[in-house]
Amino acid sequence: MTEFWRRYRRNKGAVAGLVVLALILLVAALGPLAWPGSPWDMAGVPFQPPFSAEHPLGTDTLGRDVATGIVHGARVSLLIGFVATLAALGVGVVVGAVAGYFGGRVDDVAMRLTEFFQTIPSFVFAVVLVAIFTPGIGSIVAAIATVSWPAVARLVRGEFLTLRTREFVQASVVLGRSARHIIFVEILPNAISPIIVSGSLMVATAILVESSLSFLGLGDPNMMSWGYMIGASRSVVRLAWWCSFFPGLAILLTVLALNLVGEGLSDALNPRLSREGR
Amino acid sequence: MERLEYIAQRLLKGVLVLIGIVVLNFLLIRLAPGDPAAVMAGEAGAADELFLQQLRQQFGLDRPLWEQLWAYLSNILSFDFGFSYRQQRPVIDLLAERLPPTLLLTGTAFVLSLAAGVTLGVMAARRAGRWSDSAITVVALFFYATPLFWVGLMGVFLFSVTLGWLPAFGMASVGVTLTGFDHVADLARHLLMPALTLALFHMAVYARMTRASMLEVRDQDFVRTARAKGVGEGRILRRHVLRNAILPVVTIAGMKAGYLLGGSIVVETVFAWPGIGRLAYEAVLQRDYNVLLGVFLVTSAVVIAVNLATDVVYSLVDPRIELGA
Repeated sequence: MTEFWRRYRRNKGAVAGLVVLALILLVAALGPLAWPGSPWDMAGVPFQPPFSAEHPLGTDTLGRDVATGIVHGARVSLLIGFVATLAALGVGVVVGAVAGYFGGRVDDVAMRLTEFFQTIPSFVFAVVLVAIFTPGIGSIVAAIATVSWPAVARLVRGEFLTLRTREFVQASVVLGRSARHIIFVEILPNAISPIIVSGSLMVATAILVESSLSFLGLGDPNMMSWGYMIGASRSVVRLAWWCSFFPGLAILLTVLALNLVGEGLSDALNPRLSREGR
Repeated sequence: MERLEYIAQRLLKGVLVLIGIVVLNFLLIRLAPGDPAAVMAGEAGAADELFLQQLRQQFGLDRPLWEQLWAYLSNILSFDFGFSYRQQRPVIDLLAERLPPTLLLTGTAFVLSLAAGVTLGVMAARRAGRWSDSAITVVALFFYATPLFWVGLMGVFLFSVTLGWLPAFGMASVGVTLTGFDHVADLARHLLMPALTLALFHMAVYARMTRASMLEVRDQDFVRTARAKGVGEGRILRRHVLRNAILPVVTIAGMKAGYLLGGSIVVETVFAWPGIGRLAYEAVLQRDYNVLLGVFLVTSAVVIAVNLATDVVYSLVDPRIELGA
């Protein structure tokens, strides 16, 4: 762990990303206590410019407080980002592990399926899925997971292809362990580093996709989200730039922080691939 | 001969994937909550019982599932993508009208992102470790994390509203009839901001990839050999490093064409660009599923075509590629 942290710390950007991410998580966890009102309520006169004591980030078309919206939206963005990534990792790991471990016909079928899903333009597919299955947290998470599992499957398959020929795996086979035991208990823990790294980067992508969906009006209608705030004030950008500027800044910072953390994890977990010394 | 076989094989694969997507469309309509006829009609058409009857008839919705699938497939294959009740026009007409502007927008963005991305990547790699390398890396990181629709909106606020340099929306100036060069110049002014917005994200991706790829090739034996032979640094960079480093970047760029089309939905929405991305947004707002599924099918077809072209070009450019693999 100390070795891990020592290598992670060497990447200054990753440390900054971690600090920013911690702050955003803190805002998501505690913010709604400091801004207890509903983000949908009218909090004041519409179109109040930012930097006033009462409305630090201004108010929007309907007099909703922008700061309250951002604080509540943080929960939605992070929640969807993490849950969608977990779901995609779950599907991708199982498909990739089974394909890589069994090989042959199973591998063929799994990889054709993966290729098929990778060919489909992913964002268009996500839009179609959410629109048809009616917008909501569930359908958004499912749509993002549906378009992002193939990359995980390919990654995990590659790891399994090399790991399954190793001696400790062959030893387990000789001992008569079940395939499930070998896949999940013997091989998977050895493939976990690249999965963690790509998972952290996937959360960032998932947040971008979620915000784009909500921007298009495909967000959960009961949850305030950053993308929705920008979409709702899109037509008044001439009058009130702050309504779309600050939520966008929140997305940018969150995604940037996650990407930086992902790179740091990559440096720390795969020292051989580290860009140091280049 | 071997090459023709390879191309034929890839073509067949593309057609199979396309048929797979048609089947997927069919399944989506069946899986959607509610009456499939109502789903196809969209919210506006669902109130019209006569139209629903007509759809049930056309797609055989009262017959077994495989017959329905067959009816759906044969409709699509004869370019009948259904009828948009909301727009009172066949979906295929809408798609044909809206596709060229999108191809113009995404094509321009593709060229811009690749040219700028590779240039920045080369610049960063040449000065690896120095401040200009760090600056390019940081800028790329930011663009990589920026939501497209937000950049577009901020661009409108800055360049159209505040500075008044560029038009904020549409594809042509309203209320004037321009011909010849004036028309092209007007189009270019309208195209610039949406294309740049769409290009930024991918520019960041290609800059990072080019940098990494250049640094990798730079250390290889054939580069050292060239240097030992006394070849000039500029020539080494152009002939030996860049040529080898750029190939994977261009290939990935071809494979990522789908992302540009996906991005065009939000970018066309922001800039009111009259393409299929904007059409998809309108279809979402109006729950016009026939149109939405049509957009999905057409964008998939474009992606498959671009992937195919990339594969073929790649096999021509790099003789090392294993044909038929």
